[in-house]
Amino acid sequence: MLSSTADHLYWMARSIERAENTARMLDVTYRMSLLQTANEPHQEWRAMLSISGLHEDFDARYPESTEDNVLRFMVLDKLNPGSIYNSIFTARENARAVRGSITSEMWEALNQTWLEMPLKHSGEVADMGVSRFCEWVKDRSHLLRGVAYGTMLRDDTFRFLRLGTFIERADNTARILDVKYHILLPSPDEIGGAADYYQWGAILRSVSAFEAYRKIYHDQITPKRVAELLILRRDLPRSLTACLTEVDRLLQEINGPRAGELLRRCGLLHGQLRFGRIDEIFANGLHEYLSEFLERIYELGALINTTYFWSTDE
Amino acid sequence: MQTAYDEMYASDGDVRENYRGYAEWLRASSPEVIARKRSEAEVAFHRVGITFAVYGEDTGQERLIPFDIVPRIIPAHEWQRMADGLRQRVRALNAFLHDIYHDQEILKAGRIPAEQILKNSQFRHEMVGIAVPEQIYAHIAGIDLVRADNGQQGADYYVLEDNLRTPSGVSYMLEGRKMMMRLFPELFARQAVAPVDHYPDLLLNNLRSVAPRGVDNPTVVVLTPGQYNSAYFEHAFLAQQMGIELVDGNDMFVRSDTVFMRTTQGSRRVDVIYRRIDDDFLDPRAFNKDSLLGVPGLFSAYRAGNVTLANAVGTGIADDKAIYVHVPEMIRFYCGEEPILSNVPTWELSKAEDLAYVLEHLPELVVKEVHGSGGYGMLVGPTATKAAISAFRDKIIAAPSGYIAQPTLALSTCPTYVESGVAPRHIDLRPYVLSGREITMVPGGLTRVALKEGSLVVNSSQGGGTKDTWVLED
Repeated sequence: MLSSTADHLYWMARSIERAENTARMLDVTYRMSLLQTANEPHQEWRAMLSISGLHEDFDARYPESTEDNVLRFMVLDKLNPGSIYNSIFTARENARAVRGSITSEMWEALNQTWLEMPLKHSGEVADMGVSRFCEWVKDRSHLLRGVAYGTMLRDDTFRFLRLGTFIERADNTARILDVKYHILLPSPDEIGGAADYYQWGAILRSVSAFEAYRKIYHDQITPKRVAELLILRRDLPRSLTACLTEVDRLLQEINGPRAGELLRRCGLLHGQLRFGRIDEIFANGLHEYLSEFLERIYELGALINTTYFWSTDE
Repeated sequence: MQTAYDEMYASDGDVRENYRGYAEWLRASSPEVIARKRSEAEVAFHRVGITFAVYGEDTGQERLIPFDIVPRIIPAHEWQRMADGLRQRVRALNAFLHDIYHDQEILKAGRIPAEQILKNSQFRHEMVGIAVPEQIYAHIAGIDLVRADNGQQGADYYVLEDNLRTPSGVSYMLEGRKMMMRLFPELFARQAVAPVDHYPDLLLNNLRSVAPRGVDNPTVVVLTPGQYNSAYFEHAFLAQQMGIELVDGNDMFVRSDTVFMRTTQGSRRVDVIYRRIDDDFLDPRAFNKDSLLGVPGLFSAYRAGNVTLANAVGTGIADDKAIYVHVPEMIRFYCGEEPILSNVPTWELSKAEDLAYVLEHLPELVVKEVHGSGGYGMLVGPTATKAAISAFRDKIIAAPSGYIAQPTLALSTCPTYVESGVAPRHIDLRPYVLSGREITMVPGGLTRVALKEGSLVVNSSQGGGTKDTWVLED
């Protein structure tokens, strides 16, 4: 496959996944803000910005991190490269560049997503409702994934697309899990209390893991178990281990002529997750662990880039 | 200007033989159903993204080429004659291209004035003496035909122009047919319409047949200027239909006079390039130095015979409007036959007596720039304002040899859906002729329709639309 085609496929998939996860994060933030348990106004919305790494860009252009402002910034702001608007736009532009390589159903579904995107031309998120809008984004993402799964040949085209999905998802799940670090409870006594319970519950729901938690643990929600589920459980489709298992397998299947270092690094990260223990992770600090993980994922992405998209051999 | 020939209705109002089946169906269909199908078609075209970008408009602004649901129907015997004429014409054009880049027999025989060729900016001196596979230059030719009154009885097909560089539009032909079959399957059950959807197979076979010598299983690619080009949809569409890679200049490089593309599994040799970028932008080392679209060293690899470009470099010399007048003579010279398809009578403004006549009669003529295309830079006398005519007159006087003139033909019309209902609109026809080891084509081609009342300009950039083209089978 052409290097440039692989590049577009990978970023098309990353952008779709990103739109979905941004919607998931917005939804969880919105739900948490309704609980009004934080000790500062707008703290949940602030946390949303900092886990996305977009707070500096936001502060440069918005006076205050109110719900309306953060929503506008994260959903419709054309100047914010991470907004849902731009994620869908980028996905569609990348698809357009390789529309000959994806199935026509895939292209049509993505093109239609862009053409029909609500609030694209005007309006406020509140006009439609945060949750309804986030549902729409998730539905479209589900549809696109289903179309890819149901129509595409299982060749490298499909693999680069999946690779983009899982790299982005690993990154996003780690960020969502880290949100609690950014939201402090009013007092340490609250830990284990109702507010704490609802916040961890919201995190689980945001990655569609609430029911899974119940099924697996049959018990009350504790931070350690939530982290174990989202980091180490291989059978939870959005967990870090599940994502890295996919990435590892895909990279081995693609196996280009200069993939040695990429496979080594990916195998290492995957191994650490597969054989990791939640007690060790907590002993060193969850936030520290997740920050470290995000760095490793970033490096992996950079290595995929130099190995497959920017081949310099002439 | 005479009254136009209507493809569906005879002058007494009777439905012509070839439209009987369609007319019956139309009578039996309710207007509501037709209206619904028309809007379905529009939604579907948007969703599929069969759009084109218009120069000068914001990027991301994509327009649909309007598609009209009344087909243009051609009887089998008419197509047969047209196809024979097209084969003959394209054979002569390829023979001409080979000749003028080699022995120049036609110039030596005095059948075409040598300075018209050798001093023409479209003549590529770099191509002189270069051998190309099968001696084919115009692998894909789009020949624009119009039907107009022949002055006696009935109406004849005339060649309006030859497009031998990168003729476009074939994707609209294919998508138009797909749309008609999706909307009105019952129409195709009623009568035998010759299929066109094997065009991509013919094209790929044709491209493979002109691979460099010694290459058994050639790698063929489509070269596009990129996704913001107005015809990008078509480039992607054809690559997908043929199952080959769509590349831009950055995907390829040249080493040891051999062309490679960069892939995730390392570099891979490229043998045949169906290029949809102009000569000037192919290779910054050989042509336009500022081009970012091409591949440095490509022309050198081409000269060495290690890659085939389709179409060849330098075909512009054969579709130049100043050369057009000589095509009938080429057919006589190379094929030893009389032309089956006629040219439109043409005044060459480089000739003093033609120039004098044309300046006298500007309000009734169509004047075209010799190097122009896409319906830009032309004057349609009968519909132009006095001011426009006088401005054009000044341009002609300043550089007469840059123009040709033709009578304003009453292009045939075909019933077309417009705001006020169904009304006759002028049409043309562009069949696509493929030349390689043999000449192939699918029956029909792309019918373009001028949607504005009375307009004779069918180009999509000037508000034209398209229709499905049916060749009936006997």
